[in-house]
Amino acid sequence: MRQTTDTPTRPVSGADEARVSRRALLKVGVTAAGGLALAVALPSWSMADGSDSGAVLNAFVRIEPDGRVRLTIPSVEMGQGVYTSLSMLLAEELEVKLDQIEVEHAPPNDALYANPFLHLQATGLSSSIRGFWLPLRRAGAAARLMLIAAAAGRWKVDPAACTVKDGVILHPSGARSLPYRDLLRSAAESEPPALDRIKLKEQGQFSLIGTSPKRLEAPDKISGRTQFGIDVMLPGLKVAAIAISPVLGGRPKAVNQSAALAIKGVHQVVAVDEAVAVVADHMGAAKKGLEAAAIQWDDGPNASIDSKKLVEQLKKASESPGVVARNEGHFEQAFSGATRRLDAVYELPFLAHAAMEPMNCTVHYRKDICEIWVGTQQPTVTQAAVATLTGMPKEAIVIHNQYLGGGFGRRLEPDGTLLAVKIAKQIDGPVKVIWSREEDIQHDVYRPYYYDRISAGLDEAGRPIAWHHRVCGSSVVAPVQKRFGFRCGRRGCRAALRNSQHSRRIRSGRAARHYDRVLAWCRTGTQRLHRRELHG
Amino acid sequence: MTYVLKINGKSHTVDVDGETPLLWVLRDVLKMTGTKFGCGMALCGACTVHIDGAATRSCITTVDSVGEAAVTTIEAIGETPAGGKVQRAWLDHDVVQCGYCQSGQIMAAAALLASNPRPTDSEINDAMSGNVCRCGTYNRIRAAIKYASQGGR
Repeated sequence: MRQTTDTPTRPVSGADEARVSRRALLKVGVTAAGGLALAVALPSWSMADGSDSGAVLNAFVRIEPDGRVRLTIPSVEMGQGVYTSLSMLLAEELEVKLDQIEVEHAPPNDALYANPFLHLQATGLSSSIRGFWLPLRRAGAAARLMLIAAAAGRWKVDPAACTVKDGVILHPSGARSLPYRDLLRSAAESEPPALDRIKLKEQGQFSLIGTSPKRLEAPDKISGRTQFGIDVMLPGLKVAAIAISPVLGGRPKAVNQSAALAIKGVHQVVAVDEAVAVVADHMGAAKKGLEAAAIQWDDGPNASIDSKKLVEQLKKASESPGVVARNEGHFEQAFSGATRRLDAVYELPFLAHAAMEPMNCTVHYRKDICEIWVGTQQPTVTQAAVATLTGMPKEAIVIHNQYLGGGFGRRLEPDGTLLAVKIAKQIDGPVKVIWSREEDIQHDVYRPYYYDRISAGLDEAGRPIAWHHRVCGSSVVAPVQKRFGFRCGRRGCRAALRNSQHSRRIRSGRAARHYDRVLAWCRTGTQRLHRRELHG
Repeated sequence: MTYVLKINGKSHTVDVDGETPLLWVLRDVLKMTGTKFGCGMALCGACTVHIDGAATRSCITTVDSVGEAAVTTIEAIGETPAGGKVQRAWLDHDVVQCGYCQSGQIMAAAALLASNPRPTDSEINDAMSGNVCRCGTYNRIRAAIKYASQGGR
């Protein structure tokens, strides 16, 4: 094993990037009436059409002939309440009531649905409201203006003199009115308003924003009607139980196929690189089949890597000097003059996300299309990963996002979908791959282990006068950075981070690559703490 | 082997091995997906149903052990007085977040109130201690149960 001191981690995050973007966005909105912001925020005007099935006014707003307002929500709902809060942003400016609204999951499309904060269609980093605060209000307001223009045209009055309440447009005289549903065709055929015509409400004019309405999806969730990824049902659907190699990088060595196939309800045993799946009519049979398969594993190149060794490396690294990320005052001097000196080590364990809904993914793989039903925090990333895996064009990878039974960062990762696709490639018809709770925990992409060594000096009054903090751990950002090219745009930050050999990356030849692969963002993880420390 | 199950007042005939957990019969065979899979070991409570009114973990309840007993699931619990009251309390207190555990939470709470209409705080805690929520809705769950037990709507 080899440890390097020349490969600093770079704790740059999407949030930093986003902070910069938001500033830029707001600045544009204020100074230039948002021409650029509109380009970012509403790239979807050309989507307008006036089909009989309703009017698509932009990428977020569609109005049905019966008056229902269908909102396409760019972020996923995983308990944080965005289907309600983002609907509020739209409804506020569209002037409809929340109970007129139906929400639907957005399809993968960065051009239409990227969070302006993250430059990616991703849900995470507490960024949904911050990212969509202006774009969704503009989308709602723009749709409202198109509908008003349609009504005013019919009445031959000044649109500015018309008012709207709860999806009904009032004639300037107050004597006549038209509901949105009667204006669909002409509204959809009208020109979307230019950004400088979209005047958003002032804070004092809000009627929904700032209130705490009940969650839109709660009635379905309390009666078992909500469809999570694991609840997807399709004609001819089979279910698969899986066993993944207990050691990362291992492979199945021996599988008792005939014993598995002898179980009633079992149809097929599928071996892929790192796992074995037993496909059956129902999960009871699939699990029984998996047990009967008595899989033996070749543990592969990582057979001797274990947590203890990884932690030992961190401990050793924490005892040697690292690159300084921040240095203020004179630590050595203050520490040696301290009345009381304290040394402490803080360890944060590897942590599984443990969402209540175990990992699962449903795939129907055909020659020219790969259809996927999964609750994912990153639909476009997942789509791209499947395209790479299968060699199919992105357009052939159809992703139907679902309600998430918890995300916490786990469902940012496409690994579960890739595994399901590999399995589905060998199966005729759709298959739902469900991980057991044991697999879900053991094969999580963990929050990294952190080993922090702190020395502090206190003065006579017990106040801290010296603080030395060494952060040792692997970076969740490094793999992400490679994947997306994230950079922190904060002034001076790149230089500081380049020197942040506070953190060290675990290196152990081949294992390091695998180790990076199993780390992920985790809500309430340590990343933010460290970032704060580096940024001050 | 063929089993006739009485679920939510209707009879369903299923052809599965006797040791198949009721959970997978409900979800995969009968396509009633309101009852959730969480752990498969009776550790999390997500799969809770009522068997003759008692809160039961369907993930470790084999189909051959159900017999003639009446199975009630989240899809029909609102038709019972306690279940309806619990569901309304859940809405009034906006309990759910991701919602995945809530079928089990509601089934556990409904069984509690059906057998003990005025539970004390510690009785609520005891009855609900086997139901895990990763979002952390516990305080609202407790408040909603108290609200339902004190009249609710």
